[in-house]
Amino acid sequence: MLVAVAVFPGTNCEIDTKYAFEKLGQEVVLVFHKEEKLPEGTDLVVLPGGFSYGDYLRSAAIAKFSPIMKAVIDFANQGGKVLGICNGFQMLVEARLLPGAMKRNENVHFISQFHHLKVIANDNTFLQKCSVGELLNVPIAHGEGSFYIDEAGLKELYANHQVLLTYTNEKGDLQNPNGSVDSIAGICNKAKNVFGLMPHPERAIEKILGSDDGVKMLEGFLN
Amino acid sequence: MKVIVNIQLKNGVLDPQGKAVHHALASLKFNEVGDVRIGKQIILDIAETDKKNAQERVQVMCEELLANTVIEDYTIEFPAC
Repeated sequence: MLVAVAVFPGTNCEIDTKYAFEKLGQEVVLVFHKEEKLPEGTDLVVLPGGFSYGDYLRSAAIAKFSPIMKAVIDFANQGGKVLGICNGFQMLVEARLLPGAMKRNENVHFISQFHHLKVIANDNTFLQKCSVGELLNVPIAHGEGSFYIDEAGLKELYANHQVLLTYTNEKGDLQNPNGSVDSIAGICNKAKNVFGLMPHPERAIEKILGSDDGVKMLEGFLN
Repeated sequence: MKVIVNIQLKNGVLDPQGKAVHHALASLKFNEVGDVRIGKQIILDIAETDKKNAQERVQVMCEELLANTVIEDYTIEFPAC
C-alpha cells in the first residue's frame, strides 16, 4: 500500500506518521504542500498533526488552499481514502470534506495527555479491526479540538454511523476533555472514505511508549 | 479603501475565551459584567473606490476564508476616513 503524508509549513507529526505506517510494512511518501499531484498509485492520504501555517486565523484555515489540498479534495471526492489526524482533522472540516467545525478547547488550555476513547462504529475501513464499545488509550495534543456540529448535523452523523470515537475515562464512561459535542473524538464522511480524529494513533504504536492501541486503528487501512 | 471585518462566534455557540475573561473580570470585582464574547477584527486595505464593489468582494473573502460560517458570523464595516 502506498501512503502519501502531506507536509505543510508548521506540520510536525509527519515523521511519526511515516514511521508508524512503515512499521506496519507500508510504503510511505512525504508530499510537500506545493505539489499539485499525489504520487501515482496513492492508496491512502494522511493529513498529519501540527500547526499548519501557524494556525493563523483559525486552525487549518489557510492549509485548505494549499496546492496539494486541491489534489487531496479531488482524491477524496473520487472515493480515495483520507485520514486526518489532529490538525489534519481540522483541515478536513475547514475544507468541508467532513461536517462540523473545530473550536478552542472549552477550558482554553492546550491539552497533551493519554486519553481513553470508545469505539462507537466499526462498520468502516478505519476501525474495522476494533470492536464496538472497545476502549483504546491514545494520546491527544491540541488546543482547538472542541468539535462542534448543530443538532440536525449531529442526528445525521449518528443515523449514518459516522460518529467513530468518543472520549471516555478508563471505565468507558464519557469524559469530555475539550467540550466537544457529545464528547466526539472522531468522525467520518457519509461515503466512509474520509476519516478525522483529534487523538494521535501514530503516537500509540509501541507498548514501551505507553500504548500500542493505535496499531489496530491504522491497520484498518491495510489491504 | 479601508474595510473592517468583525468576526464573532454565532449566538448559541459557547465562547470559552469569553467565559474565561468573564470569570477574570468577576474576580477583579467587575460584577456588573453579564456576558463576554470575544471576536476578531480584520482590517483590510483594498484597491477599490466603489463601496458596493468592495462590499461584494469582502463578502466573498469572508465566506471563503476569513470566517468559518459553520460557527462564526461576520460584519463588514467602512470606517469614516
